[in-house]
Amino acid sequence: MENLIEIKGVTHAYKTKAGPFPVLRDLNIAIPKHSFCAVVGPSGCGKSTLTRLIAGLMFPDQGEVWLHGELVKSPRKTVGMAFQNPVLLEWRTILQNVILPLEIVAPSMPKAQKEARAKELLALVGLEGFENKRPSELSGGMRQRASLCRALVHKPDIIILDEPFGALDAFTREDLWQTMHQLREKEPFTALLITHDLRESVYLGDQVVVLSGRPATTQYVMQVDVPGPRPLEMLYETDTVERLAVLRREIQIAQGRAVA
Amino acid sequence: MIDWKKILIPVSAIIVLLLLWELLVWAMGWPDYKMASPSDLWPAFLRYQELFWLYGWQTLWRTVVGLGIAVVFGTLLGMVMGLSKVMNDALYPLLVGFNAVPKATVVPVIALMFVGQHDFNTILMAFMISFFPIAVSVAIGLSTLEPEYRDILRSLGASRMTVFWKIALPKTLPEFFGALKVAVTLAFIGTNLVEIITPHGRGLGHLFQSAQTNSDFPLMFAVLLALAALGIVLYYAVVALEYIFAGWAVRTAH
Repeated sequence: MENLIEIKGVTHAYKTKAGPFPVLRDLNIAIPKHSFCAVVGPSGCGKSTLTRLIAGLMFPDQGEVWLHGELVKSPRKTVGMAFQNPVLLEWRTILQNVILPLEIVAPSMPKAQKEARAKELLALVGLEGFENKRPSELSGGMRQRASLCRALVHKPDIIILDEPFGALDAFTREDLWQTMHQLREKEPFTALLITHDLRESVYLGDQVVVLSGRPATTQYVMQVDVPGPRPLEMLYETDTVERLAVLRREIQIAQGRAVA
Repeated sequence: MIDWKKILIPVSAIIVLLLLWELLVWAMGWPDYKMASPSDLWPAFLRYQELFWLYGWQTLWRTVVGLGIAVVFGTLLGMVMGLSKVMNDALYPLLVGFNAVPKATVVPVIALMFVGQHDFNTILMAFMISFFPIAVSVAIGLSTLEPEYRDILRSLGASRMTVFWKIALPKTLPEFFGALKVAVTLAFIGTNLVEIITPHGRGLGHLFQSAQTNSDFPLMFAVLLALAALGIVLYYAVVALEYIFAGWAVRTAH
């Protein structure tokens, strides 16, 4: 299968007063089209740097980021992003928030068409009837749903999810995991998910990449060959538990608490 | 539906205050060249009614023009400081130092520099005293924009200008209006400073000055009340603008 994203030998350091501060070292990740890649790793291992490199907001010191067979040299219109903080614009309604990327990417698209597209997505994530509410009138989970719609509205090649479910309560988080599977079924997308939650990485990911401690390198890659949409019951199956045990051990190695 | 309690309570408070004031002057037996009582104010206003309208208008338009310039200048300065770290470091100490100078001491300087230019001097002072909070709040609003907001649009290839118009500027509006409420009061003080301190001035400040020269307490207090009324009108004009442009920032209870 064609790889939509290829991260090849990426090494990056931040320049600080005390000299270079390495965050990524010879990182390699390949994500096939329409597949979901979850990235886990210890705190502060450079996962957010990775998202900014893929989005073209930053460039690596060494190595290359390829998107759709093109070397990423600048931001491109084919990326969607969602963060732990939903960062919705308080002065816009939910519908107008979701439309925002279209205003940048497709300024000439008729307003009605933009709204139709946004409404279609909002209905998919269960926010029908909330189009004209302000973000402050919605719960945290609903805001995050709207944020996901905004990331998808312009049909990006890849959506970059930087711990979007991290701040939600456990039940809301499970709801949103299922929503992700439903979304993928209705409109396939390629995704890179940064997370701290191993269960989340196994439930959502087609592959789970474990990064080592700083400077982060690709320590372990697990394939999760379970077709979607996956039922929530998958979380309690023996296979999943075994996968979690393997990942847990890899994280401990990454943290330097266990030896490979 | 009008909530009568919301009107009745403050109005009664004002009436009670005026009654206490009247009672105090009556009980102490102060003559009106020592202390005015509320019942003296209305006759004083009627006697000089024409001057009140004329001077009141002068004070009002000079304040509004000075404030308008402060809004434009303060916003531009705040934008420069908020978007550039270098400019912020360079301008902030200058701004703080300028703001620390008591403005009453600047009045004679201006009066000497621009002799006889009363309108210009008054507007200049209203502007100088009121642009500071606007500049600071806009600068802080822009510099504290969470990076995620920027990334959402920047990752789509949006220009810095687009990010500014679509996100940074509207997001700063609540802080801007907070500062504008402070600035409107300050501009009003600036106008009156010039009107009171410089000779041959105009405006309500000048009327106050003349009343003081004649120990006309009823007129002085009438001017004070007129100034308070003007200040309230200006303040609520800003509140109305805030409601129109940044009403979204007021969370509705639900």
